[in-house]
Amino acid sequence: WTYPCPIPNRIQQFQTKHFSTGILPDGINRSSDTFSQNSSSMERLLSELQSHVNKVLAGGGETAVKRNKNRNKFLPRERIDRLLDPGSSFLELSQLAGHELYKEPLPSGGIITGIGPVHGRLCMFVANDPTVKGGTYYPITIKKHLRAQEIAAQCKLPCIYLVDSGGAFLPKQAEVFPDKENFGRIFYNQATMSSQGIPQIALVLGSCTAGGAYIPAMADESVMVKGNGTIFLAGPPLVKASTGEEVSAEDLGGASVHCKTSGVSDYFAQDEKHGLALGRNIVKNLHLAGKQGMLNSPPSINLQFKEPLYDVRELRSIAPVDHKQQFDVRSVIARIVDGSEFDEFKKLYGTTLVTGFARIYGQPVGILGNNGVLFNEAALKGTHFIELCSQRNIPLIFLQNITGFMVGSRSEANGIAKSGAKLVMAVSCAKVPKVTIMIGGSFGAGNYAMCGRAFNPNFLFLWPNSRISVMGGAQAAGVLSQIEGTNRKRQGIQWTSEGEEKFKAKVKEAYEREGNPYYSTARLWDDGIIDPADTRKIVGLCISASLNPPLEDTKYGVFRM
Amino acid sequence: TTHLETTSQQQRIEKILVANRGEIACRIMRTAKRLGIRTVAVYSDADKDSLHVKSADEAVHIGPPPARLSYLNGSSIVEAAIRAGAQAVHPGYGFLSESSEFAQLVEDKGLTFIGPPATAIRDMGDKSASKRIMGAAGVPLVPGYHGSEQDIELMRSEADKIGYPILIKPTHGGGGKGMRIVQSPNNFVDSFLGAQREAAASFGINTILLEKYITQPRHIEVQIFGDKFGNVLHLYERDCSVQRRHQKIIEEAPAPCITNEFRTHLGQAAVSAAKAVGYHSAGTVEFIVDTATGHFYFMEMNTRLQVEHPVTEMIVGQDLVEWQIRVANGEPLPLSQVQVPLSGHAFEARIYAENVPKGFLPATGLLHHYHPVPPSSTVRVETGVEQGDVVSMHYDPMIAKLVVWGENRAAALVKLKDCLSKFQVAGVPTNINFLQKLANNKAFEEGNVETHFIEHHKDDLFVDPNNKVSYEEAYGAARFGAKLVAACLCDKHSALKESHSGDPSLLPIWYTHPPFRVNHHAKSIMELEWENEYDSSGSKNLMLSVTYHPDGNYLIQHLQIGENSDYTLEVKASNLGNDNFRVEADGVTMDVSLAVYTKGQIEHMHIWHGLHHHHFRQKLGLELSDEDEKQHKTSFEHICHPPGTVVAPMAGLVVKVLEEDGAKVEVGQPVLVLEAMKMEHVVKATSAGFVEGLKVSAGQQVSDGSVLFRVEAQE
Repeated sequence: WTYPCPIPNRIQQFQTKHFSTGILPDGINRSSDTFSQNSSSMERLLSELQSHVNKVLAGGGETAVKRNKNRNKFLPRERIDRLLDPGSSFLELSQLAGHELYKEPLPSGGIITGIGPVHGRLCMFVANDPTVKGGTYYPITIKKHLRAQEIAAQCKLPCIYLVDSGGAFLPKQAEVFPDKENFGRIFYNQATMSSQGIPQIALVLGSCTAGGAYIPAMADESVMVKGNGTIFLAGPPLVKASTGEEVSAEDLGGASVHCKTSGVSDYFAQDEKHGLALGRNIVKNLHLAGKQGMLNSPPSINLQFKEPLYDVRELRSIAPVDHKQQFDVRSVIARIVDGSEFDEFKKLYGTTLVTGFARIYGQPVGILGNNGVLFNEAALKGTHFIELCSQRNIPLIFLQNITGFMVGSRSEANGIAKSGAKLVMAVSCAKVPKVTIMIGGSFGAGNYAMCGRAFNPNFLFLWPNSRISVMGGAQAAGVLSQIEGTNRKRQGIQWTSEGEEKFKAKVKEAYEREGNPYYSTARLWDDGIIDPADTRKIVGLCISASLNPPLEDTKYGVFRM
Repeated sequence: TTHLETTSQQQRIEKILVANRGEIACRIMRTAKRLGIRTVAVYSDADKDSLHVKSADEAVHIGPPPARLSYLNGSSIVEAAIRAGAQAVHPGYGFLSESSEFAQLVEDKGLTFIGPPATAIRDMGDKSASKRIMGAAGVPLVPGYHGSEQDIELMRSEADKIGYPILIKPTHGGGGKGMRIVQSPNNFVDSFLGAQREAAASFGINTILLEKYITQPRHIEVQIFGDKFGNVLHLYERDCSVQRRHQKIIEEAPAPCITNEFRTHLGQAAVSAAKAVGYHSAGTVEFIVDTATGHFYFMEMNTRLQVEHPVTEMIVGQDLVEWQIRVANGEPLPLSQVQVPLSGHAFEARIYAENVPKGFLPATGLLHHYHPVPPSSTVRVETGVEQGDVVSMHYDPMIAKLVVWGENRAAALVKLKDCLSKFQVAGVPTNINFLQKLANNKAFEEGNVETHFIEHHKDDLFVDPNNKVSYEEAYGAARFGAKLVAACLCDKHSALKESHSGDPSLLPIWYTHPPFRVNHHAKSIMELEWENEYDSSGSKNLMLSVTYHPDGNYLIQHLQIGENSDYTLEVKASNLGNDNFRVEADGVTMDVSLAVYTKGQIEHMHIWHGLHHHHFRQKLGLELSDEDEKQHKTSFEHICHPPGTVVAPMAGLVVKVLEEDGAKVEVGQPVLVLEAMKMEHVVKATSAGFVEGLKVSAGQQVSDGSVLFRVEAQE
């Protein structure tokens, strides 16, 4: 099978010859004030994003980077680049994890994770950054490591661990060691993934102390680099303290010891470059015969796809920074789907939720996008659409820009809670790949219904203008000040309007801060903040990675009728 | 009418066996094919799949690779010709082409030898006989005295007759022993006596001969052609002065800087020479020309079609192989002397697999990449190899002859330089770079050639380690070349995306160009080693960083460790297929060719851009060193026992004790034999010295790691 001239099957032949009725119009007015205002605000947001990213790309500071180079070691992203197929793409996850999370900076959370191909095979990379706090695990480092493993398990991607870590960050041991989703979970995941036939590969490129020692030990295959790679449960100082034995790091747990004597590691590498080359070789030799994923996906993928008709960069001018502004989500869809072709489902019903079928890089997708508050009908329509897609094994894409479900007596009487529950049930149970992009606000139950983090989308990305919170800051301030006012009245305390405004401002300020995408991405509530212009590409890569394993059948729970 | 009779008597040649290999075999077959004559190739085991075999209608195996067992084996070649039903044999050049025995054998077996009569080959093969014949025919010979009378006064007067400078040479011996160059009569006696003494001491015989010493000789040869009716004409001359290791590397026709009158004299002398031996077919009369006096002298005659015959063909517009076949068929020469045209100027450059810096030593190897310049009406490439062929040690390492023609010498030279810069060979070292330097040399451009040309201009033609300027220039060009290599390689990888078919469900979007990165640009680091052919400082490591710009261009920079020390070159590369690229760098668009191949653990990259060719290497992997292969021993094992201690490698039974306690042993000498797991294991001395503390005896059980003995070093 080669790509240049795939023999189109009959379905594809018809698809390429069909006359499309679903070509979306451009949908934007380039000369409007809104367009230029949005453009300039987005430009500001993107340059802010760029400056944050540039900082983390530089790693843990000049001295640490220099020390790393002097030891003949590459930076973690350089290591990944050398493992990847030449000229191939890399979908990095949660670049800005740990952003302003601790007193000290922790660039990228001290660990680089992401997906890319090695010998034509998608792999999950987990690379410690030894220039950031010696590669030790902060709580967020563990969270990011576990998230990468979660995606790997979900997409059945071989895991390559590029180990160079001092183990747990001891001052925060209580937050990294004991709990379920803490350090031990890394090894639990390795064991369970290995049992499912998902290859676990460790390249020991630096120290690998204490708990970290189990990463290569638990791996299916591991490589160690002479001189730099060490594995031991306790380093020379601790050995001296406990037993009095004086031994060098290399003799205690160097590549020679583990490749020749202990058998903890399998491949002996002369230097880091050699080690990385051995890592590529291991992936080359993964035997993939009978991989079922291939049977499911390729025939439905059209390898000859058209680019969208409209410039994808104009997405930067569509997304408003002011969330009160409405915009037609179809103008976004028109810029991310093949040929801007979107066959809309139930176009005239429940119009605040746009649903329909399209393709992204030839891959069929079902798209749900918000065009306003969710009403009863919109929720029912969304449920119907999700059922359709999961029955047909069509991946789902959620374009979130939602203030929530409609409130008010009429809505409640119509059973909006019941309709919302149906949508949430469908979203939760659908076993097809799901990708969520937050392109505007993500508030309240809308976040749930549109496949927020809690609903296990395979991937979730934010635009820099997005906001996430249980409700808008102003609404929250209104609700809280009403409650506070009632309380004060009950206690007979006078509340000046000035005091009330101050109270409201404080609430609003807190919501603004915590609803900020950086606040979210620092805590790994998402998989990263992206440039809207990259949306098509990233969604395409996400779907491709998600289609790696065979799809499971969907079974729903009880729908409240 | 007599002509017609002869031709009708003799059967016309319909099938030729070419008793040769390589480019000349291919070249002969090309003409034969054009004339509708079938061809038979012969080949040794080494040439089973070579181009001359593929070019022939039939091919016959004649033996193992060594030439003396195959291409020099006349009887098996003649046998092959008879078996294949060929009427004629063309010997090409080299091998059996100047063997009178072979020519005779061919004729004796009733076949036609496409070449001169065996008698002419024999006469011209004997150097002193040929000189005698030529002298008798009035062809000028280098003036000299070869007489047996050795009286010093007589010798001096002979020397005066010859004219100074004079070369005094012992008649016996060689290697320059006893040779003297005498500039004036005043020094004659001393030199003569010295030479005599030295000759007597070295060879036992002190007879001396005198010859005119030519200080700045040129090598000019005349192409002659004769038919079987006694007609001989010449096809002008070639200058083959530029030589290395006594082999020609650049030839041209006509010879530069000579008058028409001189040309006519030369031609007439050559025709007389040929007539003197009853010559027919193609031949070459070589002359040595004294550039100081303008005199020319006969040197020797080559009784074959020569390597450099194409330059003559280019200026006279004739096919000499066709002439040879027609003469062999008994036809008269197609032209008379006055009808022979002379048009323009032609050069031939011989492209060899050889190591120029190591004294032009022949090189062998696989032609990983071979793209000669495309031929045209003015450019000929005579070659016997294709990409993927091996230049073997068995035969001549010539890869190709590049022949160009121009309206005049200057125009031809421009074309030669252009073609040399576009002649792509990778896999074996070649002399192309050296030929380019030659072609660009000022003296060469002016036509001031002579046989010591390379020696006299060696400072310009070879690497001078002290010449910083040319090195800096070369290094700068190499750094630029490295950037282009980096861009082309990246572009090649993006074109290779289709081949990543490991997993068919993996979409090509993972291999888009430029490769995608979240919120930054993809970058790659490339480490190249520049094969420095310009000075003796050895290869240079170059580290480049390539940033993929979103518009598809590459931003390329050299990285020196720790700092960015270079300007960024923006390169746009588009692959035209077949390793050819159109590259835009700094606003200049140019053609670039790339050859990439792997030899062992090293990837080689060759780039041709403009007038430059650079060779880079990249290490692919590392082999484990012996040190790393050794069984690991942790330090505590060494600490436990003093040095020299030998422990039992496993638990077992002592079967034999070969040395006594206190015996002197060498390294590796067996000391005792253990048996364990039904296998015998010999325990050897780990160093030289005396066995100490050997307490075990045969039949004793020892445990794993127990001390067996110690080897004490000698005091």
